[in-house]
Amino acid sequence: MTSNPGGTWPHAPGYYTGDRPKIVTSRFEYEDSYTLQRYEATDGYKGLRAALSKPAADVHEEVKNATVLGRGGAGFPAGNKWGLTPQGVWPRYLVVNGDESEPGTYKDRLLMERDPHQLIEGCLIACYAAGLSRCFLYIRGEMALAQERVAAALNEAYAAGYVGKNILGSKFSVDIVLHWGAGAYVVGEETALIESLEGNRGMPRLKPPYFPAAIGLYGQPTIVNNVETLANLPWLARNGAAAYTAIGTATSPGTRMVAVSGHVKRPGVYEIINGLTTFRDLLYGEEFCQGIRNDNELKAFVPGGGSAPWFTEDQLDVAFEGPQAGAAGSMLGSGAVMVMDSTTDIPRAALTLTRFYAHESCGKCTPCREGGTWLERILSRVVDGKGTDADLDQLLEVGQSICPGEFPHASNAKLGISAVPFPYRMNTICFVGPSAYAPVHSALTLFRSEFEARVTKRNLIPVTAVSQ
Amino acid sequence: MTTIDNSAEVENTPPVDPNAVTITINGRAVAARKGELIIAAADRANEYIPRFCYHPRMSPVGMCRQCLVEIEGPRGPMMVVSCMTPVADGQVVRTDTPQVKRAHEGILELLLANHPLDCPVCDKGGECPLQDQAFSHGAGESRFVEEKRHYEKPIAISDLVFLDRERCILCDRCTRFADEVAGDPLISFTQRGNNTQVMTFPNEPFASYFSGNTVQICPVGALTAQPYRFKARPWDLEQRESTCTTCSVGCRTVVQSSRDEILRYQGVDSDPVNWGWLCDRGRFNFQSVNSEDRLVSPQVKSGDSFTSASWSDALETVARTMRLATPGSIAILGGARGTNEDAFMWATLADALGVTMRDAQMDDGLPTSIFSYTQATIDSACAGGTVILLAPDLKEELPVLHLRLRDAADKKRIRIIEVSSHESGLTKQAWRSVRAESGTIATALGALLADSEVAAQLASGPVTIVAGRANLAESSAHTMAAVDVAVGVASHAAVLPVLRRGNVRGALSVGLAPQNGKDAAAILEASANGHVECLILLGADPMSDVADADLARRGIAGAKFVVAIDTFLTQSAAHADVVLPAAAYGEKDGTTMNLEGRVTNVVQKITPRGTSRADWMIAAELADLVGHDTGVTTLADVQKLLSSRVPGFGVTTTAVAIKRDGVVVSAGTPVRTPLSATPAPTRNSYEFRLDLSRKLYDRAVGTITSPAIAELSVGASVCIHPLDLERVGAAVGATVRVSNNHSSIVLPVAASAAVPRGTAVVPFNQPGADIRELIRHGESVVDVRIESM
Amino acid sequence: MARLTEENVRLAREIISRYPKPRSATIPLLHLAQEQDGFVTNEAMEHIGELVGATSAEVYGTASFYEMFKFEPVGKYLINICGTMSCALMGAEELMHHAEARLGIHMGGTTPDGLITLERAECQAACTEAPCLQVNYRYRFRVTAENFDTLVDQLQSGALEGEIPAHGTVAAVRQHIPADKAVGAIAPEDVTEGPAWLDGKAAL
Ligand SMILES: Cc1cc2nc3c(=O)[nH]c(=O)nc-3n(C[C@H](O)[C@H](O)[C@H](O)COP(=O)(O)O)c2cc1C
Ligand code: SF4
Ligand code: FES
Repeated sequence: MTSNPGGTWPHAPGYYTGDRPKIVTSRFEYEDSYTLQRYEATDGYKGLRAALSKPAADVHEEVKNATVLGRGGAGFPAGNKWGLTPQGVWPRYLVVNGDESEPGTYKDRLLMERDPHQLIEGCLIACYAAGLSRCFLYIRGEMALAQERVAAALNEAYAAGYVGKNILGSKFSVDIVLHWGAGAYVVGEETALIESLEGNRGMPRLKPPYFPAAIGLYGQPTIVNNVETLANLPWLARNGAAAYTAIGTATSPGTRMVAVSGHVKRPGVYEIINGLTTFRDLLYGEEFCQGIRNDNELKAFVPGGGSAPWFTEDQLDVAFEGPQAGAAGSMLGSGAVMVMDSTTDIPRAALTLTRFYAHESCGKCTPCREGGTWLERILSRVVDGKGTDADLDQLLEVGQSICPGEFPHASNAKLGISAVPFPYRMNTICFVGPSAYAPVHSALTLFRSEFEARVTKRNLIPVTAVSQ
Repeated sequence: MTTIDNSAEVENTPPVDPNAVTITINGRAVAARKGELIIAAADRANEYIPRFCYHPRMSPVGMCRQCLVEIEGPRGPMMVVSCMTPVADGQVVRTDTPQVKRAHEGILELLLANHPLDCPVCDKGGECPLQDQAFSHGAGESRFVEEKRHYEKPIAISDLVFLDRERCILCDRCTRFADEVAGDPLISFTQRGNNTQVMTFPNEPFASYFSGNTVQICPVGALTAQPYRFKARPWDLEQRESTCTTCSVGCRTVVQSSRDEILRYQGVDSDPVNWGWLCDRGRFNFQSVNSEDRLVSPQVKSGDSFTSASWSDALETVARTMRLATPGSIAILGGARGTNEDAFMWATLADALGVTMRDAQMDDGLPTSIFSYTQATIDSACAGGTVILLAPDLKEELPVLHLRLRDAADKKRIRIIEVSSHESGLTKQAWRSVRAESGTIATALGALLADSEVAAQLASGPVTIVAGRANLAESSAHTMAAVDVAVGVASHAAVLPVLRRGNVRGALSVGLAPQNGKDAAAILEASANGHVECLILLGADPMSDVADADLARRGIAGAKFVVAIDTFLTQSAAHADVVLPAAAYGEKDGTTMNLEGRVTNVVQKITPRGTSRADWMIAAELADLVGHDTGVTTLADVQKLLSSRVPGFGVTTTAVAIKRDGVVVSAGTPVRTPLSATPAPTRNSYEFRLDLSRKLYDRAVGTITSPAIAELSVGASVCIHPLDLERVGAAVGATVRVSNNHSSIVLPVAASAAVPRGTAVVPFNQPGADIRELIRHGESVVDVRIESM
Repeated sequence: MARLTEENVRLAREIISRYPKPRSATIPLLHLAQEQDGFVTNEAMEHIGELVGATSAEVYGTASFYEMFKFEPVGKYLINICGTMSCALMGAEELMHHAEARLGIHMGGTTPDGLITLERAECQAACTEAPCLQVNYRYRFRVTAENFDTLVDQLQSGALEGEIPAHGTVAAVRQHIPADKAVGAIAPEDVTEGPAWLDGKAAL
């Protein structure tokens, strides 16, 4: 076994290095952060020991009290989710969602590559607290290094007695099975993840009735949690709920990892304080991104992963907190901010995202399978300067077949439009269909003139890349 | 226009039950049951909700999204798919709001976006749910100007089914059917997103006995059946509901014809029987009715060849023979292929002539005492408890019964216990499955039932014994002994007899059962010994159907005069003195009885070929000619007589005519004569115990005269365990010599772990060397030697 | 020929044994097959079907859903250039043009020597390091035309042999669950009671 398998060119995730509290990225500064040795030397597996010294129900209670919000996108508190499993139905499983593929999202991979033991310890605490007897750690297929690091860490942890039968001499026994995907964005959706884990095509199931906590893997109660969510648990188990809620706000305690990419000076993954940090802090703050590249003007930004409706400078002072972002017309999703400066070709940027979702549609439901591709085709016609006015309305019409009614969007003082709050209504099974529409809708709402210029001055706009 | 929508078929409202709830649909109160889906409740209330993927006989997937409706939620109205949302008391459902209408139009527009507009040349045109709903729920025009998805034109995914991927709307019906219902997941969605397509694995066709159902349930023209492609337009078709008589399950069908030619059968959803499904043999053997080889006029043997004769001459020849025959020297074999009325009139004639030698079975079934046990129905067997299989592979012989039991086991309603000499189609579903060599089934069953867990299972609920003739090279006494063992342990058990031929139970019930124990084998033996002066073959072909080939040959040869009443000149009919052309399925009205004793109607859809006549007419005329006036001139006369004479049939004439599901007739209780099975001799370890069992496709006359399925029989071979194959020293596919004291034949050899060591499985009545040469009636079991050549 | 080798069958059985139901091992086994042959052959899919109890059609249905499985040979090195939002904003399009020009092939093509296949990929979860690419799923970040050329030079000269396994192998480290430590997988229908550590008490 190699302790440093694979290899990469050095890269610089701009994780926050200041002295604010760090819950999940505290070990990132060490070169050997992924080894058991380093982990044990930095409080590793102490949270597990603390948990094992208490009855499972108390640990669960602690997690509930801490309001650990899910970091996979929906933001549902983990402790509450665990409590949704039907009483007396066994076995129950834990499935770890490490399929990170939402455009702009970049944090779970870091957590798996840099601190795999933290994740493993988090899984163990969750299993112990919620009575989950087997854990499947589903890592995205394309992440070779993450798979290697987690495999190596699991091998170490098994050897050291942290995982497996009678963990640390207790009655607590659980296997953690490393599982990996093979390239399909939609498999990040929890019911699709379960389908995939059962060896099937990764097509989402209908909720209801297939809420994983009730009917999940093999039809059994199953907790699906995001990597980052679970990575919070060791710290929480060590320091207690009170310490956890002391960070952040009452409704959004703790920290969260946010990847800021695109046209900023210092793109990177930052562990920020939940609820307190605003988008302005993030984009312009000295300890974060330090402003827009070349000091260009900000044109728009995607606040929470490719599926989220876009914000503009009007929303810079919205704090990083679910309900606030929701009221402002979008969502925080998976903690991914993508920044577009004034040079950005908006229709083209929208096309990039719409193409992604059309391409990643699982094909199960009609509106997404047919609608997503249709949107993409109209849009690419428009981008190529071959569109007509009618095409712009048709985009909205197709959107209506995917998401009927008003679609959320941000306010814009200059255009005199006010925000429609999140969420939207949908004709689809999962959010992939609506996600294909979100960028189209945002772009058309906020930057319609750019589209109109394209369709009226046909062929005059040279076809260029998104930015220069 | 004739459209059939089985999916919309929901039977009468259930009686008041504690689970009753009330919902309102578009302001109208609708009674429903807890757990029922909105779409099903709406169907019963005649509130049509458009749909594509939903099918009441398969688990809902909610993926086409066409069935969106609005329900009143805690936060105002919300859209839900009605095919996956259960009703709740007081639920308010609307299918008529502008929002719902917009959604229906929107989804339809999207479905049509990539759908070719080739309705005029599409087989489904005129009976296409997509086309219909585009008219009823669509916006009317397409705004899709992009180029549509293109695929290579239709590809054959099996011998019977073609797939046109451009027309496919990816509703998952066929794939779900193949997996969930048929248990043959040989087609699957492949690729992803907008490129998703239904496909088989390369070079592994969708060879399922049930493939035709996918064509029927496809909501567009993506799947088409080879025998029907481009044959007719739905508006040219006329149809009547009938019952399939290919086997004794008695699936409900519609028979569709155009210009006096049968063109298609479709399954009809009969709740207690077939749930809309048909097997491919039953679905496609209508071709046989249209065959060029049908007999069209009476034939009389002169010298070595036949000459056509008039009906009056032919009948007079037969009648004269009957009149002159020594009392007690007339014999009737067969009757299971016709209607109850046919068999009844022949029984009436037999009574008049004092004929005691009669049997509707061909020594391939069970003694009629199987009807003396408490009788089960398909529904009662599937409802719960334990099912003990002492039967042939139902997938091969009674395919839709196989589907019903498979479903019940899959849904964990029943537990199957199987004792058989090789694995069957239900072995995977079985709770306990035990291999026992032929001749030892009863002993093995006894041992199994002694197990405490098994005993507890039997005691925990109802028990159904599914009993039939698993092995034609094993005396039926072994099966009967096993049934007695089961009943001995579970006295509350009911028996579902699985005698296979279409109307065998009907024919036996209305008077063509053996008398004084003289069954088909005894009759043929008597005939071989010169005691039969007139042998009537009523749709019977002993030369190819009786397992003891030598006996059949001797029996036919020994009869002084042979009359064959048939649709084709079968092997046996070729030896007849007079051949009378019989009206076929679809050419006559009447009733039939399935394996449960359920009587349903069969209908005439086309005029009989040539001058052929229904069997009952022939019997009635012969009765006249031999001086016994039955007073019968119409079918109604026959039915009146039948219902007055045969206990239990009283209700059938009226009830059957009106009810799709028919009525289960309890026709008398034959006396049970205890049979003791001669213990099977122990097998010499160098020999193999022969297991002669049927396959769905064999050389049955209806199959080989239907071009679409004629070539699907597997061919004669002998299949043994791979280790035995090693011992024999032959390679798979090599020819081996199979022999015993009686004869020796040469067959290709196959190997399968589904066959236990020491057993040799040979399919019955297949093209190739005839294993029946090694069989002698009356032997308890048949052991053979297998040598490589 | 391209069924799983004896060694891989052993590995396959070990992997299968970790799941309460064998079908769950389908994707890991497809990876194993791809590791063995560089792509997933029909024979391998049939073999996997036998191992996990599925028909070949089902295995193919699953396999073809996922981007990473190839059903025809690809180059020894598969270069995936990300083209989604953040990379697009940072010049992925130009990088793709450059790559096509440098290798003389189009996206989806393979160099005549069979060394390199070029593909456009979707978001690789390295958005802050845009534009990025993967060589057999090993990352390269903030890729410029120049360091793309260096990469190609290294691949061609064999300089990365040790670092980047040939296409098919994703992770070079496997999980091994020691027999004495394993809890073991039990089919869910055979589990009748709650886990021991709950001491019969209901979890919250
Ligand atoms: C289309 C789609 C893609 C998703 N992708 C991911 C993903 O890559 N990773 C993730 O953790 N959650 C993803 N989610 C969210 C999961 O469905 C699920 O809510 C989450 O894993 C639950 O974990 P949490 O409660 O810890 O956040 C996705 C959801 C949707 C609808
Ligand atoms: S919305 Fe798209 S990805 Fe989601 S289930 Fe429907 S088709 Fe699949
Ligand atoms: S019929 Fe309900 S979604 Fe298809």
